[in-house]
Amino acid sequence: MRKTFTFHGGIHPPENKHQSVRTPIADAGIPPELIIPLSQHIGAPAGVVVEIGQHVLKGQMIAEAQGFVSVPKHAPTSGTIHAIEDRLIAHPSGHLAPCIVIVPDGKDEWIECKGTPHYETVDKVKLIGLIRDAGVAGMGGAGFPSSVKLSVKAGTHIETLIINGTECEPYITADDALMRERAEQIIEGAKILRYIIGPQETLIGVEDNKPEGIAALRAAAQGTGIEVVDFPTKYPSGGEKQLIEILTGKQVPSGGLPSQVGVVCQNIGSTVAIYEAVVHGRPLISRVTTVTGNAVREPQNFQVLLGTPMRYLLEKAGYQPEKNRRMIMGGPMMGFTVPDIDVPIVKTTNCLLAPTEAELPTPPPAQACIRCGMCAEACPASLLPQQLFWFAQGKEFEKLEEHNLFDCIECGACSYACPSNIPLVQYYRASKAEILQQRRDHEKAEASRIRFESRQQRLEQAEAEKEAKRAARKKAAEQRAQSAGTDTGEDPIQAAIARAQAKKAAQQGAGDEQSELEKLEKTVVSAQKRLDTATTKLEQAKAEGSDFVEALQTGVEKTRTKLAAAEQALTAYQQSHNQAAAEQDAPPVDAAKAAIEKAMAKRQAEAAMSPLEKAQSDLAKLQQRLQKTEEKLAQSKANGDEEKVIVALESTVVRLSEKISATQQTLQAAEDA
Amino acid sequence: MIAFLAQYPLLAALLALVGLAAVFGALLGFAAVRFKAEGNPIADEINNILPQTQCGQCGYPGCRPYAEAIANGEDINKCPPGGEAGIQALADLLDVEPLPLDSEHGEVAAAPSVAFIREAECIGCTKCIQACPVDAILGAAKQMHTVISSECTGCDLCVEPCPVDCIDMIPPHETLQTWHWNLPDPVSRSVNVIATDAPRDEPPRDRVA
Repeated sequence: MRKTFTFHGGIHPPENKHQSVRTPIADAGIPPELIIPLSQHIGAPAGVVVEIGQHVLKGQMIAEAQGFVSVPKHAPTSGTIHAIEDRLIAHPSGHLAPCIVIVPDGKDEWIECKGTPHYETVDKVKLIGLIRDAGVAGMGGAGFPSSVKLSVKAGTHIETLIINGTECEPYITADDALMRERAEQIIEGAKILRYIIGPQETLIGVEDNKPEGIAALRAAAQGTGIEVVDFPTKYPSGGEKQLIEILTGKQVPSGGLPSQVGVVCQNIGSTVAIYEAVVHGRPLISRVTTVTGNAVREPQNFQVLLGTPMRYLLEKAGYQPEKNRRMIMGGPMMGFTVPDIDVPIVKTTNCLLAPTEAELPTPPPAQACIRCGMCAEACPASLLPQQLFWFAQGKEFEKLEEHNLFDCIECGACSYACPSNIPLVQYYRASKAEILQQRRDHEKAEASRIRFESRQQRLEQAEAEKEAKRAARKKAAEQRAQSAGTDTGEDPIQAAIARAQAKKAAQQGAGDEQSELEKLEKTVVSAQKRLDTATTKLEQAKAEGSDFVEALQTGVEKTRTKLAAAEQALTAYQQSHNQAAAEQDAPPVDAAKAAIEKAMAKRQAEAAMSPLEKAQSDLAKLQQRLQKTEEKLAQSKANGDEEKVIVALESTVVRLSEKISATQQTLQAAEDA
Repeated sequence: MIAFLAQYPLLAALLALVGLAAVFGALLGFAAVRFKAEGNPIADEINNILPQTQCGQCGYPGCRPYAEAIANGEDINKCPPGGEAGIQALADLLDVEPLPLDSEHGEVAAAPSVAFIREAECIGCTKCIQACPVDAILGAAKQMHTVISSECTGCDLCVEPCPVDCIDMIPPHETLQTWHWNLPDPVSRSVNVIATDAPRDEPPRDRVA
């Protein structure tokens, strides 16, 4: 006898298992319609690979795995794809989810399956691939893809492989039925798992309330080295971490995985599915489901195709809807009420429980917590449910995490033990979801912050680049101006810049001009002074008969020419300035007036003109314009300007010529007159 | 030298103090240069608490500027998207009294929403793209624009500039992935416990076994 351990807490609810194991597993047959949800497991939903109207064979893949944590879906029987649409599924939210709907043709025709009976000769990674391709996901309840569980990180030493045959939740007997009837398949599956994982020991853990199952397994396991271990019944022994503690005495660390303590766990149902997948090459398309509760006349286990509507299965078991107020998928402890009985059976549907009101009464209203501590005694994860309850009510999420809320397996033992009927698990589920939501929000905020900052950076960079370009253009223009200044050749750009600068200077007002004028005047005055002093010096020198007379003479002459030049410059400047001032002053004062006057004068002149003269002047003007335009056209053609410009100029030429001919006609008319 | 110092103990003490001051001064000066903190660490921590919607409802152009303003003494109650929880977290961090949300800057939205462009009506003016603080709108001039809903923070800054009013703010619909259990209804506690308190028309409980 192997020494077994026990875990903290646990409860002993009424088992109610005997009702459904009185008869062997029955075949549920083919329902009129199969609904296969794309997401029946934890992870990414599968991607559809079939089309509406397509005929599929039994076992044909209809949706492929997307990503590592995902498994494909297969057609449970041969038939036609009727629809790919959103249907109600077995989920507590009552939401619709994408499903593939198959209408069976009744022939139940298998696709060609290639089994691998001699799996010992095949590579382990390839075997894991086979299991994945067969769509095997944990059939105990959570639906975690088995292939992911088996892909143990390289370097991890696995001591123990555990096949979980505990099935601790009341009412459910699907695994018990499998043990009784298909013990050989379970042992074969365990051998395959043992080959893949290579543990030191392989154990099958079964609670002692299934003596028939234990006996069958022990008989099948004879001589294989696989040990069947039984231990006292206690809910929730079937929890992965709890079972590991019972069988090995090791505790999985908080937030850790079983592989950290050298253990891998697989469910009985999954083990059978792995056997089918590897040895026969058959994908997971059906499972054993318990239909029980006092609202069904013949509680029993069914071999049922995945996707079968629950209503079909319930009717096979003699469902009495008038007695049943809510339909539960799973057991009474961890199951949930399904939104409608037309939802399909999926990979994780181990039980359909149709209780009467007396059997599973609606929970009475919750009352105040009396701090009795019975929940803490019942908790199999050694948590403090009462404390968690207070924190959940107060939404103190940090405290909840400090008190290891995430180690809660939501087994419901605390709620069961609570004398005040407080729905504790619901508080924990809601708080867990809220915390996860907060984590996601924080991640998103972080991403938004990074996006915002990189956008800010980008905008700054763009601005800096623009600024740099502007500076470069300015510099280039200055350089060009300089080089053009030294150049004697006529540079049109340089000329334009010079013109613009001159204009700017002229517009800048009188200030600069004043200083310019002053400067010129000063030069004139100083030249005059110099000339005066030079003349007096010359006269002195002449009077003294100095030797420097000649030198002084030339100096005086030079100064005189300078004075003349300065005076000339001054007058020239004054003239130009006056002109500029006149130009500048006059238009602002009465530019409009002048323009009006000019126009009126022109009008009068025109009016004075005879029609003949008018036509003649018009003609002359038009011809002038035509000439100009033609010149421009020729120039832009020579320059190789854009086609648009040339076309526009050409059209102008045409228009002008038309106008000229019209004017000529009027001229002719005037002459005739 | 030592004999001289021994003669004037006051001078010796003074010298010793000056020497210590010089050594520690140099040490502190070095530490200030060597371990200089980049940026403003308090503003960083505040910025971590802010929801990063970049909506500008606080009156600052983004969360970072508001975080810096808070670090310089601005009120902590100007962020509607952060809600009461955000104010509480800021109050805890800065050790100040939590203030009620300043309604001048808007109300707490019932549910976070995301922008949605009615694509048939979009004229491709790129105005919303320029307004989006997190670059969550995709499009080009005279091409239809669309919102990357996973990146949208729901700041609704793009709604105002749209010349054809084709942007809606819609709460994201709940999916299987986003659904979760809610806290139990506290009303269930006040349900009539005594059978005779129950109204007459309630169906009798099923007693059939």
